[in-house]
Amino acid sequence: MTTFEMLKLNLLSPIVLMFALGLFAKLIRSELSLPKDLYTALSIYLLLALGLKGGVELSESSFSALALPALVTLLLGSITPITSYLSLRYLGRFSIADAAGIAAHYGSVSAVTFIASQQFAISMGETPEGFMPTLLTLLESPGIHIALAIGALQRAKRMATESGVEARSKIAILHEILTGRSMVLLVGGLVVGVLMGEKGYVPIKPFFEGGFKGALTLFLLEMGIVAGSRLSDLRRVGPFLLAFGIAIPILHGTLAVFLGHWAGLSIGGCTVLAAMAASASYIAAPPAVRMTLPEANPTFYLTASLAITFPFNLVAGIPLYYQLANWLGSH
Amino acid sequence: MKTTPLKLVTIVCEPVLTETLIGELKQLGSTGFTLTSVRGEGSRQMNSSEVPGEKNKLECIVSEEVSRNIIDHIARNYFPSYSVIAYITETLVVRGDKYV
Repeated sequence: MTTFEMLKLNLLSPIVLMFALGLFAKLIRSELSLPKDLYTALSIYLLLALGLKGGVELSESSFSALALPALVTLLLGSITPITSYLSLRYLGRFSIADAAGIAAHYGSVSAVTFIASQQFAISMGETPEGFMPTLLTLLESPGIHIALAIGALQRAKRMATESGVEARSKIAILHEILTGRSMVLLVGGLVVGVLMGEKGYVPIKPFFEGGFKGALTLFLLEMGIVAGSRLSDLRRVGPFLLAFGIAIPILHGTLAVFLGHWAGLSIGGCTVLAAMAASASYIAAPPAVRMTLPEANPTFYLTASLAITFPFNLVAGIPLYYQLANWLGSH
Repeated sequence: MKTTPLKLVTIVCEPVLTETLIGELKQLGSTGFTLTSVRGEGSRQMNSSEVPGEKNKLECIVSEEVSRNIIDHIARNYFPSYSVIAYITETLVVRGDKYV
């Protein structure tokens, strides 16, 4: 398949088209919006389905197969916030709080990008490893912590911090990340999946797998609407952040493909790992950053992750990482 | 009907602050609160929530002293970096002893 055919196939996939429809609806100022409760219900369904299936497949994987990819994932989780912070702070001349706030988003993962990359890899005839959802949970929190710690440390150097306030918010943030909706559903789903195994999964499989793609399509419509409502903010974030939102995923994705390949992941696995590393969180990171780095401007981090990096990965990033993984796999 | 004059404190804030604020209102002497989900836009146009414009409105009925403490606390800790507004309204309530 040529690159052009692959891009066309991706552009005409239901999830990309639905995302485009959501964007379009916002552009023409349609009143269309999904009820908030439906949006919440869809995200619960998707994350739980992902966790359960991942858990069942994890129960069949051996520890030795998982060890290296898990190590590589943790390594990626520690590198991505640092590269993001350094480029924002020293190339983009962002303030410490803004740079750390944006870096926390790029260090963490977008679960929807993960799911989209998995669907893409499957449509290309690949089978990503069954433990990929486990890697997703590993990558979710270290990035946020590292970026916030950089922000806190750098700030502490400049001013004497009120220790009481700082200590309280550290615990609050840890609590926020570990008990957030996405984390509880993913980790909970994984544990339930491991415990019940294939035998327990068979009866509930039709519900969680039959509706999965449909639910994902509907969810992407809402993502399009949400991203569309941020489009007007694009003018306010400046050209550097625009370039950053595209360049940094390519950098992190490429690094992940190489590391994943080294760790023995399949082409599908490398593609999904790259999409994870390249993605920017918009569920777990925003409240955590808002509470710990209140001076960081939310317009920067939310616009970068929702209106720049997410659409980029969906449309061009994922096929690009796949091509790279494919090329590396055949060498 | 016997009524007591008290203060109604209204706070409109980013959803992320809600839980923290509820805890702090109680510490500052409020005996209860009402929470509503609202939509709005302020001068900063910060768009800090997942759904742009989504805000929460917290209301509580308190004594004059508590109302001043609440406004002072919010002004000091949240006005600089968050999109939040707070104001006091005169109000008349029955069973005034429930609020102080």
